[in-house]
Amino acid sequence: MRAAVIVFPGLNRERDMIAALKRFSGEAPLVVWHKDPELPRADLYVIPGGFSYGDYLRAGAIAARSPIMGKLRERAAAGAYILGVCNGFQILTEAGLLPGVLMRNASLKFVCREVRLEAVNTDTPFTAGYAPGQVFRCPVAHADGNYFADAETLAAVEGNGQVAFRYAEGTNPNGSLNDIAGVFNEGKNVLGLMPHPEDLIEPAQGGTDGAPLFETLLASAA
Amino acid sequence: MSFDNNRPITPELVASHGLKPDEYQKILDLIGRPPTFTELGIFSAMWNEHCSYKSSKKWLRTLPTTGPRVIQGPGENAGVVDIGDGQAVVFKMESHNHPSFIEPYQGAATGVGGILRDVFTMGARPIAAMNALRFGSPEHEKTRHLVSGVVAGIGGYGNAFGVPTVGGELEFDRSYNGNILVNAFAAGLVETDSIFYSKAEGVGLPVVYLGAKTGRDGVGGATMASAEFDDEIEEKRPTVQVGDPFTEKRLLEACLELMATGAVIAIQDMGAAGLTCSAVEMGAKGDLGIALDLDRVPVREAAMTPYEMMLSESQERMLMVLHPEKEAEARAVFEKWELDFATVGVTTDDLRFRVKWHGEEVANLPIKELGDEAPEYDRPWVATARPAPLPNDIPRMDVADALLALIGGPHGSSRRWVFEQYDTLIGGNTLLRPGGDAGVIRVEGHPTKALAFTSDVTPRYCEADPFEGGKQAVAEAWRNLTATGATPIGATDNLNFGNPEKPEIMGQLVGAVRGIAEACRALDFPIVSGNVSLYNETNGRGILPTPTIGGVGLIPDWSRMARAGFAAPGELILLFGAPPEWGTHLGQSIYLRDLFDRREGPPPPVDLSHERRTGDYVRRLIRDGIATAVHDLSDGGLAVALAEMAIASGIGAKVNQLNDVDP
Repeated sequence: MRAAVIVFPGLNRERDMIAALKRFSGEAPLVVWHKDPELPRADLYVIPGGFSYGDYLRAGAIAARSPIMGKLRERAAAGAYILGVCNGFQILTEAGLLPGVLMRNASLKFVCREVRLEAVNTDTPFTAGYAPGQVFRCPVAHADGNYFADAETLAAVEGNGQVAFRYAEGTNPNGSLNDIAGVFNEGKNVLGLMPHPEDLIEPAQGGTDGAPLFETLLASAA
Repeated sequence: MSFDNNRPITPELVASHGLKPDEYQKILDLIGRPPTFTELGIFSAMWNEHCSYKSSKKWLRTLPTTGPRVIQGPGENAGVVDIGDGQAVVFKMESHNHPSFIEPYQGAATGVGGILRDVFTMGARPIAAMNALRFGSPEHEKTRHLVSGVVAGIGGYGNAFGVPTVGGELEFDRSYNGNILVNAFAAGLVETDSIFYSKAEGVGLPVVYLGAKTGRDGVGGATMASAEFDDEIEEKRPTVQVGDPFTEKRLLEACLELMATGAVIAIQDMGAAGLTCSAVEMGAKGDLGIALDLDRVPVREAAMTPYEMMLSESQERMLMVLHPEKEAEARAVFEKWELDFATVGVTTDDLRFRVKWHGEEVANLPIKELGDEAPEYDRPWVATARPAPLPNDIPRMDVADALLALIGGPHGSSRRWVFEQYDTLIGGNTLLRPGGDAGVIRVEGHPTKALAFTSDVTPRYCEADPFEGGKQAVAEAWRNLTATGATPIGATDNLNFGNPEKPEIMGQLVGAVRGIAEACRALDFPIVSGNVSLYNETNGRGILPTPTIGGVGLIPDWSRMARAGFAAPGELILLFGAPPEWGTHLGQSIYLRDLFDRREGPPPPVDLSHERRTGDYVRRLIRDGIATAVHDLSDGGLAVALAEMAIASGIGAKVNQLNDVDP
């Protein structure tokens, strides 16, 4: 399989993501600079976390309108897997690749803490490593993670099995509607989530709860 | 608007630049003529307390700054300590007190930005940050606003830049009501064969300006930070800089990429006193002159005068001396990151600092006297009187009630509200997060090594006895590192005091520095970088003397690391350290201060050789895998320490021997 990490200026968790992909696939992913003339062929494209363009204007808004996103949209339509974490999730919603928006946290503060996630739809390569309803640990670190969608969109997201993860056990850190922590597109080949599974993949980090996501994804994208 | 560089220099103008009449006389003697307006600005920038350390230099020289691991001590952008395997840790702590009081969000944010820049200027990628914060009484009308602004500013900058915040301090005391302290620490990792310094070498080489454009923000900031506050301080808001972490992150990546090309001869970030200070330091250190052409400086506002350009403290800017044949390669790196790149000057062999603007020479000064040969004072000081022993009327209280009151009070309560606003995990190498004795970060690329970071000082001890307080600050930092299993390898000091022109304040500084020096020597814990912040007074009232110590330790194998929280139920709890015949100590305790509003007695004395023996022994227990949980005893003593260990783990503790004894 081939994984590629797309980097915009201001992203800052690309090193964490590259390390995670390398750990579970055995090889370093391609690293694509947003201005590279070509988007190389890959089975999985990842947009990591950070503050692309400083979160100026709106988190993810500027990166979502950069030329490389047009090419990514084509690959998504062709069935390539796309994963956006944190700012990557914000960019994917801003780009219209995922439904809904991410607003400022209800607390109006940045929040970095461990939460519990519940795996909701586990019938996808992203989530097959978790049992349905399984609750696991995961850190969050964001200021704009408050998931919102209008009633119609929300009903569709819930009805089509597009909810990947929910904050569990009362740990919703940001006010997200329906405790939504991660959503798929309709085709289930694009996933965005606010928490950082890439920062909880080895015992030294205090646990390996984030590992199943990468294990099954990288195995199935092979 | 016309700019008159040759306006008459009146005594009022001199005073408004923070220069004393005798200092102005020194300028006249030095250059043999009245300075131009731009030159006066340059002198005020270079000779103020913040940049020149003129009141503290004499005493700073007494600190131990060398050791077998020390690669670079004070005098550079940051200190450098060898950690083996061709790698070194680069670190420093710096204050941003005055700006944070005036404009808490931006003041704190740019404090973080400045210290991060100091670290990556040396070629290191930042891996950890801490901050030591001191605010006024929780009831004071400004405290809530200042705490939330400062914490948001630190998070806003550090989180976006992408460095984990792994530790720090947050303390309240009424002495900080009008003058809060924001001390920011950063550390980075560097290969020992690619450390970069600020000393320029070679004549006729391009001096290159990199990063963000120059604006009018922060003009005169360093001079402001060298003065006392009064009630009109809000008017100084324009002297506070505005931070842009997005630009700083790009500057980091661009600098590290540029350094890898081999193009960089010397590099200096533009911090306090901006272009003036960075250019003068690079030239003076290298025994070279510098000629600048201000028409080439990238500016973001029209019609900036040379005076403003030389004194602007706009953030996220760097000055470098580059190999001319690599200039095109260097330019390409900065264009990729969409940052400004401009050749603004040249190194010369005449030891002059010359500044040209619109074809006119607006400044021409001797560079050495501006920089490393700036004036120095031996200010009069009086030793602080030893506090009287505690009287015999120590109030008694039920131990459990006292414990609850202490851990529920503003001093002892959890700091989770603060550190959850900081990204503590980014990088994926955080092994111990804030809340324990020290934060621990794994050394990326090494299978077992990790670095521990802590920041400590107990200002009320320093006020009662600056010498013992200075010793205690160092000892506590050393102890906190030890409690994780780390070997303390180096420290940075951030000395925050009041007005040094008052002999009693100067006496506090002298006493504390002596205490720090003695403890650092006894514990083989060299001071490799630091910063001095004086004039922390408002309306003539000084802060508690606060010499913050940032400590760094090396853990050879993080699988043998101790945490503050209990590891498992049923384990034995041992108390190490002071032998029983020393008794207990309540002088200057948090028990007396917070529960009875009494600030009496001497602080607990530190027996350094005992400290060292105890610490070395505990470290061995940790590394042998015998000790599973370790926590140092400090504020609140044994009771609070046990409670913290229990709270951190969710495991209780039963301590029998405490029945019927004094608090």
